[in-house]
Order: sequence, then C-alpha cells, then structure tokens
Amino acid sequence: MQRLLTTASLLVALAVPAYAEGTRIGVITTLSGPAGYLGEQIRDGLTLGLEASGAAFELVVEDDGRDPNTGVQVADRMLNEEGIKLLTGIVFSNVSGAVVPEALDAGAIYVSPNAAPSPLAGEKCHPNYFVVSWQNDSLHEASGAAAKKLGYTTAVALAPNYQAGKDAIEGFKREFGGEVTEIYTGVEQSDFAGEMAQIRDKAPQVVFQFHPGGQGIAFLKQYQQAGLLGTVPMVLSEPSYDAVILKAVGPAAVGVTGTTHWNADFDNEASKAMVAAWAAAHPDVPLTTYGQQAYDTGLLIGSALVKAGGDGDVAALQAAIKAAEFASTRGSFAFGPNQHPVQDWYMTAIEADEAGNPKVVTKEKIREAVGDVYAANCKM
Amino acid sequence: MILLFEQLLNGLQYGVTLFLLAAGLTLIFGIMGVINLAHGALYMVGAFAASWVAIQTGSFWGGLVAGLVASGLIGLVVETAVIRRLYARDHLDQVLATFALILIFNQTTVLIFGRQPLFTTLPEIFSGSVEIIPGLPYPTYRLFVIAVGLAVALGLYFLINKTRIGMLVRAGATNRQMVRALGVNIQGLYTAVFALGALLAGLAGVMASPIVSVQVGMGDEIILATFVVVVIGGVGSVKGAFVAGIVLGLFDTMLRAFLPATLQQVMPGPEAQALGVGISSMGIYLMMALVLLVRPRGLFAARG
Repeated sequence: MQRLLTTASLLVALAVPAYAEGTRIGVITTLSGPAGYLGEQIRDGLTLGLEASGAAFELVVEDDGRDPNTGVQVADRMLNEEGIKLLTGIVFSNVSGAVVPEALDAGAIYVSPNAAPSPLAGEKCHPNYFVVSWQNDSLHEASGAAAKKLGYTTAVALAPNYQAGKDAIEGFKREFGGEVTEIYTGVEQSDFAGEMAQIRDKAPQVVFQFHPGGQGIAFLKQYQQAGLLGTVPMVLSEPSYDAVILKAVGPAAVGVTGTTHWNADFDNEASKAMVAAWAAAHPDVPLTTYGQQAYDTGLLIGSALVKAGGDGDVAALQAAIKAAEFASTRGSFAFGPNQHPVQDWYMTAIEADEAGNPKVVTKEKIREAVGDVYAANCKM
Repeated sequence: MILLFEQLLNGLQYGVTLFLLAAGLTLIFGIMGVINLAHGALYMVGAFAASWVAIQTGSFWGGLVAGLVASGLIGLVVETAVIRRLYARDHLDQVLATFALILIFNQTTVLIFGRQPLFTTLPEIFSGSVEIIPGLPYPTYRLFVIAVGLAVALGLYFLINKTRIGMLVRAGATNRQMVRALGVNIQGLYTAVFALGALLAGLAGVMASPIVSVQVGMGDEIILATFVVVVIGGVGSVKGAFVAGIVLGLFDTMLRAFLPATLQQVMPGPEAQALGVGISSMGIYLMMALVLLVRPRGLFAARG
C-alpha cells in the first residue's frame, strides 16, 4: 500500500510540470535509503510552495543517494548539459559541500531548503548562494539554549561523524555552556547499544542527540528499550523529531523537549495555507519541517521568478531572491549578511494526544531574530 | 564496571547474531564445498518477511514464523534452482553465481518493498528493560536475542553430535567422497543442510529486525564479518563458528566502545573518533590474520 502511494506521489510529481514554458529548476535531493523520505518532503514542499507563488516553473528532480559523488555528477549534468541555472533540494551537508561550489563556479544560483554547513556560511559565502532553512549550528544552538534554560549543567551530546554532526555538537555547546561529553556515531550506524551504555555510564542531566531520518527512529526506540527515556531527559533539534520519526516511534518520544523554527500549530496565514495544501495533496504523509522549509524555498524562488521574469537573467533573479519579498510560514524571515536566515526559535514539548500518540506543542520563544556566528566572517 | 558489563552483553548479542549466520555458512562451505555469498541475502529475506508480516498483523510472533518459513523456503528454492548446479564447478563460478543472487535479491526487494526501511514495534513483554544487576536496566529484547542464540547453539550441538543426520553432517565435513561412496543420499543431505543454513540466517534477520532498520542491502554489511567468523572458526565446524562468533562479537564491540574514548584523551573529539572507528573496524581482520598465522586452517578445522 505504502509502495503504491509512493509511486502515486511520484507520478503526481512527474505530472506537475504542466507549465511547460516555466523556468527549469534543478532539484538534487536524497530519495533513496533510510533518509529517502526527507527528499520526498523537500520535493513535495517545493512543488506546493512554487504553485502557491503563482510562478511558471518546471522541476527536474534527481536522487543523490546521500552520496556527494552522485550529487556532483547530477549537478554537472544539470548545469552543463541541460543548461539549468537555478538549483535547490539538497538534504545533507556532505552532499551540499561538494555540489554547491560546483554550481557557483558554473555561474548558477543555489538556494538551500535544508543543509547549511559552516564552511559555506563564513569566508566561502557567495552572492549566488542562499539558505532558506537555517545555518546548521543555529539549529542546534537553540537546543543548547533550551537545555540551559531548563537548568541543566551536564550533557552528553551525540551526532554522526560528518560535517552537520560536528556543527550540531559545536552549536549545542556554544549556547549550553555546561559540561558536555561528545560522542560521534557512524553515518550509517543503526544499532546504538554501545552509545546507550556510555550514556548510562556518564549519567548526564540531559542528552542531546542529532540523528536525522531512519537513524533518529532507531535511536529513540533503543533509548526507550534501554530504559533511559524516563531517567535522563532529552533535548532535540527539529530534524531529530520530525513528524515521520514521531509517527514511527510512537509513545517512545513523549516527554522529550524539542526546539524548532516552525511548528504545525503556528498561527499565521502562510503556515495555515501550507498545512491545508499539504493535507489536501498528501493526506497520508505528515508534514515535517523539511517540507515546510522547502515550501518556504518554493515561495521565495516563486516570488523571485515572478519579479525577475522567467527569461533566464541570473543577475535579476539573484537580486530578486536577495530581496526575500515573500510571506514566510514561520512569521518573520530576513536574510543576514551571509544570505542565511535571521529568525526566531521556539521551545516545544512532545506530549501525548488522546490516543497516546506524540504531538508537538509550541511552548515559548527562546531566541529572537538571531542569525549565525559565521556571518561575521563573510565578506561579499 | 557496569559500563564494561553492559558492553559485554552488547558484544554477546552481536556475537550470537554472527554465530547464527556463520553456523549455516560454515556447514554449506564445509560439507557442500560451496562459497555462498548470497547467505546475507537470506538474512535480509528473514528480516523483511518478519517485519512485513509483523506490520500487517501487529504480531511479532507471526512475523517470527513468517521470517523463518520465508527464508527456509527460499533457501530450498535457491538450492534446487542454482546451488545444485554449482557443486562440481570451481570456486570462481560459485562466487559469480552467488554474487548474482545478491543483486537479484536486492533488486527484487526494492521492487516489492521500495527503498524505505521498515520499522516494527516489539511485543509488550519485550518493549521494556530488566534490571539485571543494580543500576543496569538492560533491554529485555536484547536478552531474548542472546537467549535464542544460545538455545540454537545448544540445539545444533545435539543435532550434530547425537543424531544420525548430525553424524552424516560431521562425516560430510570431514570427507565428502567417502560419505558418497558409502551410499548415503548425499543430495538429500545437501538440500537439508542448505535449508537449515538458510533458516538460521533468516532467524538472525528476524532477531535483528526490531533493533536495526530493515533495509535493502542490510545483509551485505554483516556477511563480511560472518566470513571472518567462518575462517577463524575453521571451515565446516559449528563449534568453531560458535567460539569465533562470540569472541569476534565481543572483540569488535569492545574496540568500538572503548578505543575512541581512550584516544579522545590524547587528541580532539572527531579525529579521535575517526581513528578509533577506523582501527576498530580493522580489528577483526587483524585478528583473522593472526589466527591464520598460527593455525592456517582455523581454530577447529573439521577436515584433516
């Protein structure tokens, strides 16, 4: 059944380019493997956002398999053979770290709906590189701030051993300020028994972990199975407790504190319109922040396409994207000096609904209008 | 101390999983002389069948039965359709044919289940943890996995040492030609052994499915370690597979658990982790090289 739905949604996505005259947008994203649903969220969110913006567009979607080499090959084909000048879609920082320089060298624009590794936010910032989501560190600084606000002073921080994992732990430590034990896990690891033993041994006041996609599901389940859920509180950044993870994990997530830049209960017009559009298009798939970021990316790109006209003028398009004149689903949105967002962050609680399943409730704003620490190093 | 004990249990659990896989592989290799690279595919079949049935029916036990039946049956089919034609061929042909089987199994699984991993929930009695010593609640399910692995080891011991079929298996591992010359139905024995091996691989997959994410290619990751177990234990020896499986599981887990932390005391976090993980993933191969230096036929070689 699920397979059927996936196929059906793929057909829908393929059928979308009814606007045959529209600007071609290259979407390189992760559609296979345990994190494949992240790419599906991004693809579907982009489509809905662009449709809502009223721009004429055509999406060219390709899978990167979470592999930087594949990503570069796909980008190369899109840029040099198909002449696409606007790319987006990458989920993972290791892929974007390889693909983005390739796109910028070719004179194209890259707008990130998710990954934002630190090297590209600081000295290597570029006029044609935009990030709509967040900078990797700031995503986890919010969790550090939340853990500090809750009064904890010792923590164990776990993340996979790749760029975003290192950014995650650095970001958490920066705002937390307490004593942190760092544990790096394997990028493909799915059995965390050894890590559970180490957490138990350290007995910290709080655990912070960053494991997006299928890894996050495995981690939360094993955390509960190891009997740690009730004893050591956990603070998570939004990628580690997205709606799909919560659906798969079930009650094992109740009681966890989260931090986010957007939540489904936000009370603004753009967010309500998005939630309704998503529910109509994908009734069986929960909307995650990946979908929301991609929707915002679609709104931004769409607003720029409408403004600059779809005749392939890259400079005009760049200026229109930089202006960021769109109504974001997160309420307030602006680009900082390195063209990464300046936005608010919220603390959320994962509570049980009537059926005992987890639901995310927004609690309070913990950081207001913050950018990222790398912006200062960016000279454009 | 508690940490060490918990990591020992984790190592034991990994060890029995390796044993379940290696027991079948070593019998197939030792008795039939076939190198079966597709053994990991049967592990995947067991995991997928169990997870799918568990998701559809909501019953873990139904999934367990389904996983065993599916892997055993597919083992039978594979033996009759492919492996039977490979006994007389040399090892290169066997490697090529069984490698093709891996690709066929992986792509068929993608066609049926897609690339999304399957996730199952545990039955109520296994979802929590037991406090085995004060201060150490250990997941009930992982204890169950260890218990099942040890029970299978005991069962195989009796099967191989106390029954007629076990006697034939031992004889076959020692001298295949002689068994055939004595008029034993060697084809029936081969089929039974292959199906038993497939069943054990499927059981390992079923046991692993609620812990790890069930996805295409999951068997390819673990099959390398399984071959190391078979080689260290001695080809054809179930006892060797047991000892080597447990030792390797413990060794590997201990390296992964303690090496990065030890290195972290002398160098920065991510680098220590990378080096620690690097060395610990080499660990079992280093151990295999050392064992082969001292005992070229493995610890408990069956053939003289």
